[in-house]
Amino acid sequence: MLQEVKPRVLVSLRGVGKTFAPGGEALAGVDLEVRAGEFVSLLGPSGCGKSTVLRLVAGLETASAGTISRGFDDVGAAVGFVFQEPTLMPWANVFDNVYLPLRLRGQTRAGAKTPVREALALVGLSGSAEAFPRELSGGMRMRVSIARALVLRPLLLLMDEPFAALDEMTRSRLNDDLLRLQAELGATVVFVTHSVFESVYLSSRIAVMGANPGRIIAEIEPAGGVERDERFRLSAAYARCCEKVSAALRGSGAGEASI
Amino acid sequence: MTPGERLSHWARLYGPPLLAFSAALAAWEAIVRINAIPPYVLPAPSLVAATLASDRAILLPALMTTLWTTIEALALAVIGGAGLAILFAQWKWVERSFLPFAIVLQVTPIIAIAPLLLIYLDASSAVLVCAFLVAFFPILSNTALGLASADKNLVDLFALYRASRWQTLTLLRLPAALPYFLGGLRIGGGLALIGAIAAELAAGASGKSAGLAFRIVEAGYRLNIPRMFAALTLVSLAGVAIFAALSALSAFIVGRGRGSGAQ
Repeated sequence: MLQEVKPRVLVSLRGVGKTFAPGGEALAGVDLEVRAGEFVSLLGPSGCGKSTVLRLVAGLETASAGTISRGFDDVGAAVGFVFQEPTLMPWANVFDNVYLPLRLRGQTRAGAKTPVREALALVGLSGSAEAFPRELSGGMRMRVSIARALVLRPLLLLMDEPFAALDEMTRSRLNDDLLRLQAELGATVVFVTHSVFESVYLSSRIAVMGANPGRIIAEIEPAGGVERDERFRLSAAYARCCEKVSAALRGSGAGEASI
Repeated sequence: MTPGERLSHWARLYGPPLLAFSAALAAWEAIVRINAIPPYVLPAPSLVAATLASDRAILLPALMTTLWTTIEALALAVIGGAGLAILFAQWKWVERSFLPFAIVLQVTPIIAIAPLLLIYLDASSAVLVCAFLVAFFPILSNTALGLASADKNLVDLFALYRASRWQTLTLLRLPAALPYFLGGLRIGGGLALIGAIAAELAAGASGKSAGLAFRIVEAGYRLNIPRMFAALTLVSLAGVAIFAALSALSAFIVGRGRGSGAQ
């Protein structure tokens, strides 16, 4: 009998809780496993601790309860982080912003030329290396931010509502680019969003979260093996899945799900 | 831009203030002449200008003295203020220990400290210390604010990539603090001049190294009102020159890309 071979586990959270202030429980009993090659979305209403899960995975916070185990040693090399804001250094041009992770790891500027150019090419910004952040549009700044997260070729890409502040057109284009990048690089993505449609379009698995305290209330796998494109957005399978995810969100009793 | 366009651009930019200033001077001149106000009550601008020229042997060395004191004090304030702010940013306990001293020095009017300094120090050192003390605080507090203003997410990013304390300081906190520091420098430049003038007034007599404020007091004793105005004009011009120089310096340093500093 053939046994299914599952890809290795990159990150696993077991019974993770996080308490910020006495009495303020942000997360409780969170179990989550992320395997290589997955695209996992954390979906939930504002204040349900989605971002906290991401920060715990990145090691930017420490858990108050439970355990987090990682399938890699050097978090700095293995994890790329994209914030809700582009979070670029306004005094540095695009090249220097993308060069930053390499620079912090002692790479010389000359040695960094190739990886930085490759990262910029991945996000379609080859021609903008000399530009400064304020000369770029919001969507382009976010691309720079993604290039910076990719420059070390991380195993795990963590994204905290990266497209929330962008207009619908830019957002949909970046969604498609992100899926293309993931396929090209074979990266694993954990993506925080409060948009049902975005999570269904992008993810191989959606962890639906509820608030007070923050916890995972359902895991839903949108149709696998289907090409993500405009046709998918209009398909019945997509609509059904959105409905299912919305229902799970409503079940959380955590107010209205946003779009 | 063609030369003609540039000329009209400049005329639009600088025409109105120049016109207003000239009109004010002309009105002053006219009022003095029409009412035949004697020069020991109010000298006309033309007389002030003439006094500037005739008394230049006294006034120019005084200007140089005051200006040089101001620049020295400002340089010391930059080293002390920015240096202390960096120490504050590195170790919170240093900030908690030494900030109260800085605040006490800041809130105590400099003119009240000057007589004491004049007992301990010779006149020119006392003037220098006074000018330093007033210029020091805005540079310290602005730089400290700037160092703390670094984007929280960027601080997280540096932590994620295991940046050292030194890397976080040089690659993140110092560049983020630069516009704040330059703002503090512009304020400090103006205050250093005020501190120098205030201390010179308190010092009173001061033989060979007399500054502009001393010349104003001296001319007052002699009821030489035109020379008082002439010295006052030089003080104003020195203040404007310091401000303009520091503004040009910040524009040069901040340069392209920085813009407003914010994204």
